[in-house]
Amino acid sequence: MKKKFLFISCDEAKHICDKVQYGEATGWEQVQLSLRLMWCKFTKSYSKSNSKLTDAIEKAHVSGLKLEEREKLQKKFEEDLTNNQ
Amino acid sequence: MPKHLINPNNWVKQYSDYLFNYTITRVNDREIAQDLISETFLAGLKSMVNFKGEASERTWLISILKRKIIDHYRKINSNKGKAEVRMNYNNNEDSDGDWLEERVADPFDKTAEDTLENSELGDAIYDCLEKLPEKQADVFKMKTILGYDTETICNELDITASNLWVIIHRARTALADCMEKNWF
Repeated sequence: MKKKFLFISCDEAKHICDKVQYGEATGWEQVQLSLRLMWCKFTKSYSKSNSKLTDAIEKAHVSGLKLEEREKLQKKFEEDLTNNQ
Repeated sequence: MPKHLINPNNWVKQYSDYLFNYTITRVNDREIAQDLISETFLAGLKSMVNFKGEASERTWLISILKRKIIDHYRKINSNKGKAEVRMNYNNNEDSDGDWLEERVADPFDKTAEDTLENSELGDAIYDCLEKLPEKQADVFKMKTILGYDTETICNELDITASNLWVIIHRARTALADCMEKNWF
């Protein structure tokens, strides 16, 4: 029971790692992840590529349309489509 | 037979985010970017008959968008050109010499190369995003690019929080793999 309390599975570690990228992992989850990272090469590798992806996205400053903006664009497009048929 | 077919019904869903990302890095204004995309789609609809199918729909739309962006800047500059740019930096004689220090290049300022590299990186990310299944791409964009909170995404897409994290995990794994092959 105690072991389960401290040690998490690889899948759980990956899940926490994902949450860490969005700042949504709790302090305790981060402790559990750190422990796993000390000895699991799969978690370590996943964590490394996950952080690399986050860094790339931050560096690129990628933007996208907000839901309401996309809806507005879709509406305008449909009007144009109808007018051009 | 053409290599690529054209289907305007999918344009907004498939290309609007890519076109938006392309435009916003060049015009730096969300409203203007949306107007330019709208104009691009309209121009695309009007010249659909000229689509030969040699390039992909996205490449074809980007070529229209590029012209729209150039036209946008031409329009701005023709208005601005009427006003003469003056370089009366400082008329205060007491502060002679300050100009040099204040005009020196900021080492933390982005260079054109950085901006170009970031823009290409953004394109590479969108290229990889387009390879994901639609739902994964939507969830990933909402969570990572638009920064919506988990609850909003779950309500919007009618999924549970644990579903969301599974989708995010799959999307991140596929994206990291794709970026590893194409960029890193």
